[in-house]
Amino acid sequence: MKKVLEAKHINKYFRKPVLFHVLKHITFEVQQGEFASIMGKSGSGKSTLLYILSTMDTDYEGSLYLNQELITGKSGPELSQLRNGHIGFVFQFHYLLSEFSVLENVMLPAKKLARKSRSEIEHDAIQKLKMLNIEHLARKRAHRISGGEKQRVAIARALINDPDILMGDEPTGNLDSFNAENVFQIFKQLKEEQGLSLLVVTHDIDFAKRTDRIIQMEDGCIVNTNAKPILGSINEGKPQL
Amino acid sequence: MTNWIVILGIAKTHLVTKMKSTITASLGVTFGIGAYITLVSFMTGLNKMLDDLIVNQTPHIHLYNEIAPSEKQPVALYADFKDAFNIVHSIKPKHSQKKIHNALPILNHLKRNPEVRGATPQVRAQVFYLSGSIELGGNLIGVDIMEENRLSNIQDYIFEGSPQALQNSDNGILLGAGLAKKMSLSVGDRLQVSTVKGTVFPLKIVGFYQSGIADIDDTQSYVNLKTVQNILGEAANYITDINIKLHQLKNAPLMAQKLSRQFNIKAIDINEANAQFETGTTIRNLITYAVSITLLIVAGFGIYNILNMLIYEKMNDIAILKATGFSGIDVQLIFMSQAIIIGFVGGILGLLIGYSLSVMIDNVAFETEALPTITTYPVNFNPWFYVIGITFALLSTFIAGYLPSNKAKRIDPVRIIRGS
Repeated sequence: MKKVLEAKHINKYFRKPVLFHVLKHITFEVQQGEFASIMGKSGSGKSTLLYILSTMDTDYEGSLYLNQELITGKSGPELSQLRNGHIGFVFQFHYLLSEFSVLENVMLPAKKLARKSRSEIEHDAIQKLKMLNIEHLARKRAHRISGGEKQRVAIARALINDPDILMGDEPTGNLDSFNAENVFQIFKQLKEEQGLSLLVVTHDIDFAKRTDRIIQMEDGCIVNTNAKPILGSINEGKPQL
Repeated sequence: MTNWIVILGIAKTHLVTKMKSTITASLGVTFGIGAYITLVSFMTGLNKMLDDLIVNQTPHIHLYNEIAPSEKQPVALYADFKDAFNIVHSIKPKHSQKKIHNALPILNHLKRNPEVRGATPQVRAQVFYLSGSIELGGNLIGVDIMEENRLSNIQDYIFEGSPQALQNSDNGILLGAGLAKKMSLSVGDRLQVSTVKGTVFPLKIVGFYQSGIADIDDTQSYVNLKTVQNILGEAANYITDINIKLHQLKNAPLMAQKLSRQFNIKAIDINEANAQFETGTTIRNLITYAVSITLLIVAGFGIYNILNMLIYEKMNDIAILKATGFSGIDVQLIFMSQAIIIGFVGGILGLLIGYSLSVMIDNVAFETEALPTITTYPVNFNPWFYVIGITFALLSTFIAGYLPSNKAKRIDPVRIIRGS
């Protein structure tokens, strides 16, 4: 099976306010078409890890491979391009550009990639919105739709360039259970129908249980790369912001 | 790699949705540039008027025969006293003619010189103005009035009558305003002048002349060259002064030296005649530049502030743009293009406002003794001011936008996304 994402011996330090070893020798991989989740207590370093994997954080030691290609040490613009074309990202908050319409928000990364013509991009964006059952919102301004809808728009935006992997930082953390379930079903559908790889940081044990595999973190280490989704006793703590 | 359509699209949306701050920022530029255009046009207009007061009435080079004692007294030529120490008491100037020797050939020579814009002959004569029982001393200047008008804008100082009227009349006179007042004469009246030698000559007043300098207006009048030659009983080659205007004022001192040597004649250039003129002009220009630069810098700071605020407001947008694959440069370009658009729109509006204010000032009444023909404030509509204005608007918005946008370029998306 093809490895989409591979991390080898990743170490990360926070230098302020005191030197702190956040991530210790993280080594793991995500296979193509796999739906993995990362769980752990607040402060266990799971979000930090995710931002390193997303290429946004470059201040780490170790090496990172995307589609078996080393991406550690690439320049800022190169990483931007990589992110643009290969990685989709969904945050806890939707982070839509509020002045733009829903459709424009979804189209923006594709326009940046400029691989397709404007009309093709628009067609794609409508397709993604249709798939997520929110095509009727296309012309609305992004700040005029509900929270659940916003998150779905954010997912559509993450998918617009057909990424190799979709990453989520607590994508359901801010949603009620109905919308959370909705988002989970969308992710599952993406994996099953399109073979998309997903890597999601979550606190939601019900969510994690239904993923293919749980990567469990504690104090900056991966303690279990394949925890069977039975451990019901993970301490929730406060949702990490 | 830069996708301008996307970047300009985002910049446009930002500007349109934040209409209020866009307008505020643009107005900052508009007022800065508008005030710059208005002030610089008005100030240089006034400066030019003040300069013209002097330059119009002073030739760049003035040629005449100076009355002065000979530098070499006859005793110096006498070989016997060659090694002696001679003392000559009470030296008097030699009696020589006032007229310039070979004036007409000199004039022709000067007119062919490419550096010379024009050369006009003048005949100066001491006369008494007679009107009834009054006798006033003064000067009569014989001029080629049309040439004089071309070179020194004499028309601006004739507040009644015209140069043409003098040109067409054999015994016409453009009387100094002070003289006219003293003798209570008006256009069409006659007066007589008497030369030093006692000849009396009748003249007809065709206009009044006012230079704004009382000393001149009380004594000086203009007549045709031929008229004054007739009054003096001299031939047509009797010319006492030659006034020269050059294309380049700055060449005057060198040219004066050359002419003086070439024709063995006294040649005074404008800087020598009006030493204070240059100093005044330089200082006024300095003030103008200082004021304009201050205005433009203030406008620049306005733009800097607004863009800085805009970028703080847009932190989240910047983070998400970066997370979805926009590079730092792209983000920087988005904000830079906003700055440039603000600068361009504000600058163009500023030019329009500056122009309208200039036109308004140009129509405000302004009456002065010094310039009888000027009725409104002088404004200098130099297109270069507008070029400088818009260039500075773009340049200052570029710099004012560069600094904050550079900050936006370096914003770490992780910190923003995790921090909120």
